[in-house]
Amino acid sequence: MKSLEQIRADFPILQRQVHGRPLVYLDNAATSQKPLPVLQAMETYYRQTNANVHRGVHTLSEEATAQYEAARSRIARFINAASAKEIIFTRNTTEAINLVAYSWGLDHLRPGDEVLITQMEHHSNIVPWQLICQRTGATLRYVPLSPEGRLRLDLLDTLLTERTKLFAFVAMSNVLGTINPVAELVAAAHRVGALALVDGAQSVPHMPVDVQALGADFLAFSSHKMCGPTGLGVLYGRRELLERMSPFQGGGDMIREVRLEGSRWNALPWKFEAGTPAIAEAIGLGAAVDYLAGLGMENVREHERTLVRYAVDRLSQVEGLRILGPTNGERGGVVAFTLEGIHPHDVAAILDAEGIAVRAGHHCAQPIHDFYGIVASARASFYFYNTPGEVDCLAAALERVQHVFAA
Amino acid sequence: MDALYRENILDHYRYPRNKGHLDHPDIVYHDHNPFCGDEITLELKIRDGRVVEAAFDGRGCAISQASASMMTEEIIGKTLEELRGWTKEDILDLLGIEIGPVRLKCALLPLKALKAGVWGIEEWPHEE
Ligand SMILES: Cc1ncc(COP(=O)(O)O)c(C=O)c1O
Repeated sequence: MKSLEQIRADFPILQRQVHGRPLVYLDNAATSQKPLPVLQAMETYYRQTNANVHRGVHTLSEEATAQYEAARSRIARFINAASAKEIIFTRNTTEAINLVAYSWGLDHLRPGDEVLITQMEHHSNIVPWQLICQRTGATLRYVPLSPEGRLRLDLLDTLLTERTKLFAFVAMSNVLGTINPVAELVAAAHRVGALALVDGAQSVPHMPVDVQALGADFLAFSSHKMCGPTGLGVLYGRRELLERMSPFQGGGDMIREVRLEGSRWNALPWKFEAGTPAIAEAIGLGAAVDYLAGLGMENVREHERTLVRYAVDRLSQVEGLRILGPTNGERGGVVAFTLEGIHPHDVAAILDAEGIAVRAGHHCAQPIHDFYGIVASARASFYFYNTPGEVDCLAAALERVQHVFAA
Repeated sequence: MDALYRENILDHYRYPRNKGHLDHPDIVYHDHNPFCGDEITLELKIRDGRVVEAAFDGRGCAISQASASMMTEEIIGKTLEELRGWTKEDILDLLGIEIGPVRLKCALLPLKALKAGVWGIEEWPHEE
């Protein structure tokens, strides 16, 4: 394993200054920074290969196609998918979830059916289901939260019934840091004959994920949160399910033949990839998963586990600071908090003046904030390149925020 | 420390002027900024085309609440005619700070409530 210093040297942006201070980047749940191998893979592609995929017989197009498909295979291996045909490139997690909502949901949901989600979802795993339930007459239900920010699993047996057709839930909350027992939840869905969709936007970047071990039917995640470029997401789907689903968008690349009287669809995964895809981005994500695999996802998780434990301890000592989500036991590298009497946007603005980047707002999870009766929170979120020293910087700056606002 | 959090802003945030409610206001307007979750309710009493009393209630970031406090102080005694011409510059002059595009929404929330409450103006030219 590389040292923390060596790792940080791989990320050019971590050398920059903000307002004359060294950047302390603690907004990784929003998007991660990118290491050199990812930047270089994309640049090399544009300098040496750039061409459209699956279309030309010329050399560049063949090379571009081979690199694009090789990236898909590396990503399949990274999450232990049974086949690269189960990896569909989308724009982001949001589009991956929408793909399932429209392609699977519109065909399979009817009045009387239920979709179960949870109160800790990101808006991207709420709104598509609200829309699809409106269109199909199905009912949307929610697994509620407990005060410490975990799912009320004691209610699962009453919420999951033979009416439930899909259980869609987040593996790790982007606000609470709660890590849900994914394999257990998938098994519970399967026991009532429902499919299970996992929002892996915060789990795939931060911990080992094995889709076959989890038993998930669908898994959605975003490249940009795992050292890859923006503009690319992944939907993993079990092959039998994807085979039977209708296409999501129509256009070039997703068809086998087009006649005026109708068309036939291409094979997986291209059936779901209409139009010219994000080629350089896929190659960039291929380099990102190689980079992450090189570090070892167990090591990434362990580093963040230690760091977040330290952060929870350290921040708990700041007067008037309240942490959202579990403060004991397993937790992901996200700490959302409020400071008594100080609006989160003021907190974030003062931290920014010291070069510390945190997010403030509802983090696209309004129902969680409603649950706690607050409109917003500030959030520090970590990645494997963050250091205990940065946690100290954050805690010291928060004490200064207190000081500024103290009358 | 941060230039945004000048002492006058913190002072208005800690000790807001005209915070509360009026008896029998002529105009009550509630607005919020979904980005920050800032909220304000502006209440006015008008006599002969002039603001005679103003109050606000709300919660949110220091910039939005200080802006509301300063604005209510400033508009009391002014005619609606004068106020109609107020722009973002008038508010920024009151606050006395430079503000980036994101926090500008916080700063302008009280003025937005004033314009919408008095004249029903929801969209203004030159403001995004
Ligand atoms: C848990 C979770 N789900 C979904 C998303 C949406 O990701 P994207 O905006 O890349 O579609 C995010 C990221 O903000 C997230 O944290």
